[in-house]
Amino acid sequence: MSENNNSVNSASSAYMDDPVLQNRSRAREFFKKFCQRKTAVVAGCFIILLIVLAIIGPSIAPYDPDVYDYSNMRAAPSLQHLMGTDEFGRDVFSRLLAGTRLSLGSALAAVLVGAALGTILGILAGYYGGILESLVMRGSDVLFAMPDILLCIAIVAIIGPGLINVIIAVTVFTIPSFARVMRSATLTVRGSLHVEVARSLGCPDSRILWKHIFPGTVQAMIVNFTMRIGSAILAASSLSFLGFGADVGAPEWGAMLSSGRNFIGVADHLILFPGLLIFLTVLAFNLFGDGLRDTLDPKIK
Amino acid sequence: MSEKEILLDVRDLCTVFQVGKRKTVTAVNGISFQVGAGEILGLVGESGCGKSVTSLSVMQLLKNTSGRVVSGQILLKGKDLLHCTEKEMRAVRGKEISMIFQEPMSSLNPSMRIEAQMVEAIRLHTDMDKKAARDHALTMMRKVGIANPETTIRSYPHQLSGGMSQRVMIAMAMSCDPTVLIADEPTTALDVTIQAQILQLMRQIRDNNNTGILLITHDLGVVAEMCSRVIVMYAGRIVEEAPVQELFAAPKHPYTQGLIASVPKLGSGVTSLPSIPGSVPDLSMMPAGCKFAPRCSKACDRCHQTEPPLYRLKDGRQSRCWLAESEAVQPAEEKEEQIG
Amino acid sequence: MGRYVVKRILSVIPLLFVISILIFAFIHLIPGDPVRKMLPKEATNEEYLALKEELGLNEPLPVQYLDYMKGIFQGDFGESYKNGLPIREILPDRMAATLKLTFAGIVWAVVLGTLIGILSAVKRGKFLDYLGMVIATSGISVPSFWLGLILIQIFAVELGWLPTGQLDSWKGYILPSLTLGCSIMGTLARYSRSSMLETLQDDYVRTARAKGQRESLVVLRHAFRNSLVQVVTVVGLQIGGLLAGSVLVETVFSIPGLGRLMVDSIEFRDYKVIQALLMFFAVEYITINLIVDLLYGVLNPKIRYD
Repeated sequence: MSENNNSVNSASSAYMDDPVLQNRSRAREFFKKFCQRKTAVVAGCFIILLIVLAIIGPSIAPYDPDVYDYSNMRAAPSLQHLMGTDEFGRDVFSRLLAGTRLSLGSALAAVLVGAALGTILGILAGYYGGILESLVMRGSDVLFAMPDILLCIAIVAIIGPGLINVIIAVTVFTIPSFARVMRSATLTVRGSLHVEVARSLGCPDSRILWKHIFPGTVQAMIVNFTMRIGSAILAASSLSFLGFGADVGAPEWGAMLSSGRNFIGVADHLILFPGLLIFLTVLAFNLFGDGLRDTLDPKIK
Repeated sequence: MSEKEILLDVRDLCTVFQVGKRKTVTAVNGISFQVGAGEILGLVGESGCGKSVTSLSVMQLLKNTSGRVVSGQILLKGKDLLHCTEKEMRAVRGKEISMIFQEPMSSLNPSMRIEAQMVEAIRLHTDMDKKAARDHALTMMRKVGIANPETTIRSYPHQLSGGMSQRVMIAMAMSCDPTVLIADEPTTALDVTIQAQILQLMRQIRDNNNTGILLITHDLGVVAEMCSRVIVMYAGRIVEEAPVQELFAAPKHPYTQGLIASVPKLGSGVTSLPSIPGSVPDLSMMPAGCKFAPRCSKACDRCHQTEPPLYRLKDGRQSRCWLAESEAVQPAEEKEEQIG
Repeated sequence: MGRYVVKRILSVIPLLFVISILIFAFIHLIPGDPVRKMLPKEATNEEYLALKEELGLNEPLPVQYLDYMKGIFQGDFGESYKNGLPIREILPDRMAATLKLTFAGIVWAVVLGTLIGILSAVKRGKFLDYLGMVIATSGISVPSFWLGLILIQIFAVELGWLPTGQLDSWKGYILPSLTLGCSIMGTLARYSRSSMLETLQDDYVRTARAKGQRESLVVLRHAFRNSLVQVVTVVGLQIGGLLAGSVLVETVFSIPGLGRLMVDSIEFRDYKVIQALLMFFAVEYITINLIVDLLYGVLNPKIRYD
C-alpha cells in the first residue's frame, strides 16, 4: 500500500514542481527502511566518526604527530602510545588521527569533483544525445580501457608525483563512471511521462534538466558516490604506498604503510594499524553504499 | 471412479507460507482429492487460489520457497509421500509423478541442447547408457508428434516454438512412463490451435498409458473438453467437486455458477457477460465466514459469520455452501475449527 | 558465429587507434620539457640534443606517430633510457612473471569466488550466506598492499610456511597470487550470488527438480551454468583491475614483473618504457575483453545463432 502512495506522490509532485512536502515523508520512510540494515547503519556511524576525526582529529591527538623522539623509536603499543611509535619515535595513533584529514579529504575532494564533472557530462549526454553523447561515451570507453589504478599511475607519470596530482588522477578516473551511470539514469527519466508533459508545455531545456531530470537521477548519483569513495581511498593510498602520492613524511595512511613496510617482522604495528584503518574505512563506505542501494532500489544487485 | 484404481490420493492437505518473521498465510487449506488410473481430474480456479501450490506440494518442490506442507497425507498408490526422505522423493519425481508447466519456453534450460535435457531425465530413472537413452528420447519425441526428432533433439530451446517446446516437455515428462502426470496450465501460454493439439496429445497419452492426469487450469473450456471430474478451488479451499457434465449442467456453488456464467456461449444472444464482482481476497486478510461471501450475490448473515463445511451431495458431488445444506448426504468433513 | 567473431574483432580497431594516439601523445602531455626532466640537472646541451634526437622529438608530430606505430608493428619499442637495453629484450622475462602471477590470481579468484557465491545463494539468509558475503565485501575493501604485508608477516615471518621473493618454485607464487586475486574473488562472489539467486528462481530449475535430479546437480548443471554468462562478464571486467593490482603486489613481494618495471620506470622518468608498458596493458586489457565477449557466444547459445 505504501508503495502505491509513493508512486502517486512522485507522479503528482513532478507535475506540480513542488516536491517538498512529499519529500519529507519519503525521506522519513527511507530513513526507517535504512535503519533496518544494521551493518549499513554501523558503517554509517563509523563514517561519521571518521569525518568528525578529520575535522577535530589533530586537536584531540595525544601527541604532536610530527615531533621526533629518538629515545622511543619503534616502540610496541603500550598505554602511553596506544599504537606504538614509528621509526622516528612519532606516535602512530596521533599520526593516524592527523592523517584522517589527508586521506579522507583527498579521496572526498577527488570524488566530489569527478562526480560533478561526470554528472554534468552524463546528464547532457543522456538528454541531448547525438554527437555529444557519442563523444562522452567513447571518451569513457577509452578511459575505461585502462584499469583505474593503472590510469592513475599513468596520469601521475605524466604530471608527476604529489598529493594534489594524485587527487587529479583519481578525479579523472572517477569521471567516466559517473558519466555512464548518470547517462543511463537520465535516459530512463527522460522517457518518463512527466518529462514529456513538461516538454509539451514548452518548458525550457535548462528547467527540464534541472527540475525534472536531475532529481530523478539523484538516487543513482548518491549510490555511485558512496561506492566510488571506497575505491578512491584505495587508489589514493595505493599511489602513496608506491611513493607517487603524499610526501613520505606526511601522515597519510598509505605513505605511513609504505615507510612501515621496511620494518616487517621488526615492528609489526607500523604495518597493522595504518592498513587496518584503510581497510575499515573502505569497508565502511562499501557497506554503507550497499545499504543505500538496497534501500533505494532493491532491484539492482 | 470407484471401480478404477486410485493412483494419487491427497487427504486434507494444508500448505502454509512464511511471510514475516512470525506470520504465515495458509495457501492450501484442507484439500482432498483422488486421481484414478486413466482419469483426467480438473483443478479449476482463479490465479492465486492455490492450484499451483497444490501441485508443488504433491511434488514436494516447496522447500526452496518459504512454503511448507503442515498437515495431511499425499498417498501415491498407498505410500505417503510426506513421509518419504528427499532421496525417495527424487526417485518418485519424474518416474512416478511427472510434471509439465505453464511456460514451456522458459521451462527448458536455455543453455543445454534438448538432447542433454531429455537424456538427463531418462538416465535418472533407468540404467540406459547414453546411446540407448538418446534412442528412447527420439522414440518419445516421435510419439508426441514431433515430425523431425533428429533435428529437434540437437536444437537449443530458443530455436523451438512454444508448441514444440511443450511437446518436448511432454515427451520428457512421459519418458519414464509415470503413473501420474501433473499438468499445470499446460496450454495457457500457447496459441489456440496449438492448444487443441496439445490437449489431444494428452488425451492420447491417457488412453495409451492409462496415466492419471491432474490438469490444473483456469480455463473452463479446457476442463469441459478434457476432464471427467472437476474440483473448483477458491482461496485455498475446495468449494465444489462434481463430475464434469453435472458441474456444467447444474453448478451448486455460487462461485462455480459465476465462473460458468462468465464464459461466453455462441449463439446465446447475450450481449454482455456477467462477471464476478471484486477479486480474490488477500491470503493474509481472509474474511471470517465463507471466503467467497464478500463477492457472493446470495450471501446472507450466516455466510459472513461462519464458514460452511464441504457438504457431500449425491452423485459424488461436494459443495462448500450453506445453500447446499438441504441436499447434503452428510457434511463431508468436520474440521471447521482447523480450517478457520 | 563466424560473423559475430569477425564483427566483434573489427569493432576493437577504432578503440585501439584512439588508445595508440593517446599513448603516443603521452610524452607530449608531460608539462614542461620531457627531455629536460629525463636528464640530470648538470647535463650539457649536446646531451640534451642527442636525447631529443633519440626520442624522435625533432620530427613533425604525424611523422613521429607513424614512426612510432611502424616501430610497434615491427616489435620495436625503442630503448630504455635507464640501462640502454632495447625494450623488447627487457619485456619477455618480466611479462612471464606477471602473467604467471595474474593467471594464478585469476584461478584463486574464480574458484573461491564462484564457490562462495554459489554457497551463499543456496544457503540464502543463513549463517553461511552471511559469512560468505562478509568475506566477499572484505575482499573488495582490503588494500592489496596491506593484505600482502600481513600475509608475509603471518605465513613467511611468523610461521615460516611459505617463502617470499623466491619465484623458482610455485610456492613463491601462492601468497602474491592470493593477494592479487582477493578483490576479484570478492566481486565475483557477490555477482555470482545475485545471479545464482536469479537463476535458481527460473522455471527450468524447477523442471530439473521435477525430473528427480539431485539438488547438487540442479544447482551446478542447471542454475550455475546459466549464471556463468554473468560470471564471465565480471571476470572480464575485473581482469584489468588485476593488471593494475599486479603493480602493487609486485612491489610488495619484490617480483620483477611488468608492474614493478612500471613503478621503477616512473621513478627514473624512463618514458619510452612507460609508453611501451601502457600500450601493452591497454592491448592486453582489450584482448581479454574481446575473449570474454567471444566466450559469451559459447556460453549463451542465443548470441551464437543470432
